[in-house]
Amino acid sequence: MTTTPTRPADTPAEPSQDVATQPGHDVAAVREQFPILARTVAGHPLRYLDSANTSQKPERVIEAVAAHYREHNANVARAMHQLGAEATEAYEGGRSRVARFIGAARAEEVVFTKNASEALNLAAHTLGASLREGDEVVVSVAEHHSNIVPWQLACERTGATLRWFDITEEGRLDLAKAEREGLINERTKVVSVAWVSNVLGTVHPVRRIADWAHSVGAVMVVDGCQGVPQLPTRVADLGADLLAFTGHKMVGPTGVGVLWGRYDLLASLPPFLGGGEMIEVVRMTGSTYAPPPARFEAGTPPIAEAAVLGVAADWLDELGMEQVAAHEQAITRYALEGLQSINGLRVLGPTEAVDRGGAISFTVADVHPHDMAQLLDSRGIAVRGGHHCARPLHERLGVQSSTRASFYLYTTQEEVDALVEGVAHTVRFFGGTP
Amino acid sequence: MTNAVEEMYQEIILDHYRAKHHSGLRESYAAEVHHVNPSCGDEVTLRVHLDGGTVTDVSYDGVGCSISQASTSVMTDLVIGKDVDHGLALHEEFLTLMQGKGQVEPDEERLEDGIAFAGVARFPARVKCALLGWSAFKDAVLQAGAGDRRPEEG
Repeated sequence: MTTTPTRPADTPAEPSQDVATQPGHDVAAVREQFPILARTVAGHPLRYLDSANTSQKPERVIEAVAAHYREHNANVARAMHQLGAEATEAYEGGRSRVARFIGAARAEEVVFTKNASEALNLAAHTLGASLREGDEVVVSVAEHHSNIVPWQLACERTGATLRWFDITEEGRLDLAKAEREGLINERTKVVSVAWVSNVLGTVHPVRRIADWAHSVGAVMVVDGCQGVPQLPTRVADLGADLLAFTGHKMVGPTGVGVLWGRYDLLASLPPFLGGGEMIEVVRMTGSTYAPPPARFEAGTPPIAEAAVLGVAADWLDELGMEQVAAHEQAITRYALEGLQSINGLRVLGPTEAVDRGGAISFTVADVHPHDMAQLLDSRGIAVRGGHHCARPLHERLGVQSSTRASFYLYTTQEEVDALVEGVAHTVRFFGGTP
Repeated sequence: MTNAVEEMYQEIILDHYRAKHHSGLRESYAAEVHHVNPSCGDEVTLRVHLDGGTVTDVSYDGVGCSISQASTSVMTDLVIGKDVDHGLALHEEFLTLMQGKGQVEPDEERLEDGIAFAGVARFPARVKCALLGWSAFKDAVLQAGAGDRRPEEG
């Protein structure tokens, strides 16, 4: 069932024998709940090291999708029958569960979208409605395209100016430079940065930036796509006013994203998409709009997906997000050591596992990331090659693209060993000496 | 020990990747184009210089994987000094080979080193890499106005 490595016969079968494993976090037992991890690719055991792209799903989540359609399927909030009530309960139950998962004050602060990109577009569009020429929006050069382009569009529409945090040589947000330049100032209306970089793995000092944003009266938006799946999340501690994240990176289904917002802020924002369920009264001469979250959920929402995201939240909380974060930290430290033993390999971003999430992007002399990714795939190792939807960051780092290995709660030390060996093999294949 | 992927990387491809032919941008050109692969970030700036119906030079500056770089290098060998029509016909043949899912038998007489890419057709994710330089060449030729004489290329 599991592809966890065989241990030497004379060592006890303790999970703590795996140096990358935290006491209490039994990776082998976790893996047994993920059916896909038992499959092979190209005749090799699958080594799935692309969880920053999307996570795999445990059996309970997979079954919950089928169970919803099998037993409770109906449209929500409008069907006057038993199944409609059950579907509505499942959907709203997902909302309450997600609210609890991130420590939201009330369920109505959770808006379901189709993904995190839509959540960020919702934020940019609705906050953008009050932007004027001379206003400033601040992002960072380390953002995913989905936290850059919606703000560029908002600035183009309104005449506001987009500014951004630079990074230090180590790959961390350069707060000192930002302070010298007065990056956040009285003209700043919105600050939007990622909690954890999807390329460098860096954990950004969101709380500090939020305090700075709030001191000038700006709204703090956080892209939590990589942070929420890896780190215990309490929105109040984070300091965010709006937090975007997605279901499929936290063992949930695709097709559902979340925009959490402080209720008073959400209530002050105009609608995003128009349609059914987001209205109060519609007349041909004009309409009034529902309060949040319905105001931002036009049309039939991702019902099964949102319901099952609640199941995913249950599953994660039972495992314990503290455990998830600790495992991520340990496996990242192990991988950083292994990868940096290879000649000519450059890790982008911090080379030590301090304030660092479970994504490691790297370049290797004379081997392009596509070639690296395909050679690794031929050995069953799934990584991502390219610019990971962060072209400006790659340009800033002076590289065209990179290979990214990313880890999650089911990643084993043996998978990291296979990665290091696969990278070394690829270097040799292209004529280098690893 | 090799596998299907490693077999795809023919020695010819690796040779062209390590020492690209006709690389670099040169002056005197009829058209310049910039093509990108948004999904992976590969980019090429490519210039064609024409003399009547003849391709007198193809120069380029590209960044990308071994497949895209080697394919562009091979393409320049095949079209420089030849008729524009011949170059466009070779583009069609190479396109057919790439879209053939490994079922098309390439004509070595015409595609020469280009036949080394036959294995790439079995990996759909890499087909666009192999086509990057060829597509840029066709686009540049059309922008230079040389392709107008071939309505079937329209």
